[in-house]
Amino acid sequence: FLAGFGSLMQDVLWCFSQVKGTLDTGVTEADIISTVEFNHTGELLATGDKGGRVVIFQREQESKNQPHRRGEYNVYSTFQSHEPEFDYLKSLEIEEKINKIRWLPQQNAAYFLLSTNDKTVKLWKVSERDKRPEGYNLKDEDGRLRDPSMITVLRVPVLRPMDLMVEATPRRVFANAHTYHINSISVNSDYETYMSADDLRINLWNFEITNQSFNIVDIKPANMEELTEVITAAEFHPHHCNTFVYSSSKGTIRLCDMRTAALCDRHAKFFEEPEDPSNRSFFSEIISSISDVKFSHSGRYIMTRDYLTVKVWDLNMENRPIETYQVHDYLRSKLCSLYENDCIFDKFECVWNGSDSVIMTGSYNNFFRMFDRNTKRDVTLEASRENSKPRAILKPRKVCVGGKRRKDEISVDSLDFSKKILHTAWHPSENIIAVAATNNLYIFQDKVN
Amino acid sequence: MFVRGLKRKCFDGEEDIEGTLAGIKAIPSYNLQRQSLLDMSLVKLQLCHMLVEPNLCRSVLIANTVRQIQEEMTQDGTWQMINTQSTGQASLDRLVSTDILCRSSRDQAEGKHVPGYGTFNKDFESDQAQDSSETMSTASSVQAPRNLQSNVWEMENPQENKGNFQKSLDQIFETLENKSPNSVEDLFSEVDNSYYDLDTMLTGMMSNTKMGHCDNLETFSSPTNTASNSNCKSDLNDLDHIVEILVES
Repeated sequence: FLAGFGSLMQDVLWCFSQVKGTLDTGVTEADIISTVEFNHTGELLATGDKGGRVVIFQREQESKNQPHRRGEYNVYSTFQSHEPEFDYLKSLEIEEKINKIRWLPQQNAAYFLLSTNDKTVKLWKVSERDKRPEGYNLKDEDGRLRDPSMITVLRVPVLRPMDLMVEATPRRVFANAHTYHINSISVNSDYETYMSADDLRINLWNFEITNQSFNIVDIKPANMEELTEVITAAEFHPHHCNTFVYSSSKGTIRLCDMRTAALCDRHAKFFEEPEDPSNRSFFSEIISSISDVKFSHSGRYIMTRDYLTVKVWDLNMENRPIETYQVHDYLRSKLCSLYENDCIFDKFECVWNGSDSVIMTGSYNNFFRMFDRNTKRDVTLEASRENSKPRAILKPRKVCVGGKRRKDEISVDSLDFSKKILHTAWHPSENIIAVAATNNLYIFQDKVN
Repeated sequence: MFVRGLKRKCFDGEEDIEGTLAGIKAIPSYNLQRQSLLDMSLVKLQLCHMLVEPNLCRSVLIANTVRQIQEEMTQDGTWQMINTQSTGQASLDRLVSTDILCRSSRDQAEGKHVPGYGTFNKDFESDQAQDSSETMSTASSVQAPRNLQSNVWEMENPQENKGNFQKSLDQIFETLENKSPNSVEDLFSEVDNSYYDLDTMLTGMMSNTKMGHCDNLETFSSPTNTASNSNCKSDLNDLDHIVEILVES
């Protein structure tokens, strides 16, 4: 599938569906969305923000009366996941910003998700309550204890319907295991364990045990002066519970097998593309730093995002990626300015669609890009209030690099670098995408004919 | 950030020739730009976040960039030159457009002209003034103490080399020093590797002594700091010290 203006029948046309968040032009820092994630069925969509809050949207049942309103997402639950903390030893604040949310597969009526800030991972249970017991013998309706001597009749409490209440409770808190900032969490396919990765270490947890974790990767050098590389992202293989990958700030990916050793410092596979010597500059290493790594749903490929490109790697070929897509190569000549204003350190994420045929990632000016791996076509779309009429088809955008600027094109120097799309999510089986633009969440769907 | 919609003077056809000539005259040399990038990187490493721990990935990448520049300058032989430069200005004033550094070596060999380069220089500096106000205000608080410090040095040790890089290194030590350490050696003698085994507890204490708060910039006119700075060596070891301080905090 591919979005665009194409006249081919199989092309997907992306339409605006919804936008969540305030319309004010001023942005409260706490409202900035820091992570977006669909659950495994796509019924729920979770966002985390800098203020430590989690908002879960639920897709409403499609109704035959309004077929064009295909399952809108409405707020299902909101809760404060993390609070700001103060590390008294270091005299430093620990931000409450939610770095990542990962859903567990649903096993009963309740939903479970992991949310993490820089230091602490929490397991949240989100459950519905639509009945309440009434007719207790020892308590009255307000909960006050009744005087036992006044009870003359025994009754059986019954469950009566009540207004639906969705409650979120923290079921586990996994704390004190990370010296450095957690950048990734990943649920294992065994559904019993998960990993958390910080700049230098990766820990393996059992969901039931909060007071200990196993360290499975440690790249901290004995002499910190020798530190030149950090872990930037990590993920478990979707099917093989013994396999995981982690990426580094030097543009490498290591695949590890937990069966070989307790401490997986020795990789089973090492993915690195040789550097192009003609493209070398002082910024080469910085732009090669991988900001996100994701397995395909099939488990056969991994996708990595560095500052200017998205790459797809075949697990069986370590010496180079099988596909490289340019996200915004026009920034290559602006790297100095982007270094000066720190934009070069922005960490963009990337996502697969459900069938692994299209990949998506964000850019600046509220642009996001999609690449069709089969047709090799790509498109640039924009998340903006101007394009936010219901079911309005998104028009492809184009950045002009030099020379004459056509109408509707935007020049590189007019791009707004404060509007960055770092976090996006794709529904597991349908063409529905969620795009976080600072403090707004945009939901786009493909056009229903 | 880039100012939105800023018209680039050299972009349209009519003004091309004039603008190009002006641009060529204004192109700083590769060495000057590289120095500027080095200064910028050092400033970035120095700007400490008082409340929240700095991003380790960013710090490591910047430190690696500094190392790269340093290695190249050592090979060039220009490393010696910076110690003899006299500078009264702070690093940010000397920042010039480092656009040429963005070109790949292939582009440089071909002498590829980047369109609108001359005015990109202007835009870059005006953007700096307008949009990096946050950076500037932090840096200016860094500048003032630095000038004060250089006066103190001149009184104490007039013969000492006061290269720009020297000052930058010392400034980093100023920022990071806290109450007790009397010299750079003392600073690092406190490093006890056994602490690393108790990461979650004691790393915090170590980084507290070394990663001082920005308000320490006001305290550096004390004699202890002067003495410690005279021990600073402007050689490759300094960079390793910087990296160690950075990453341990």
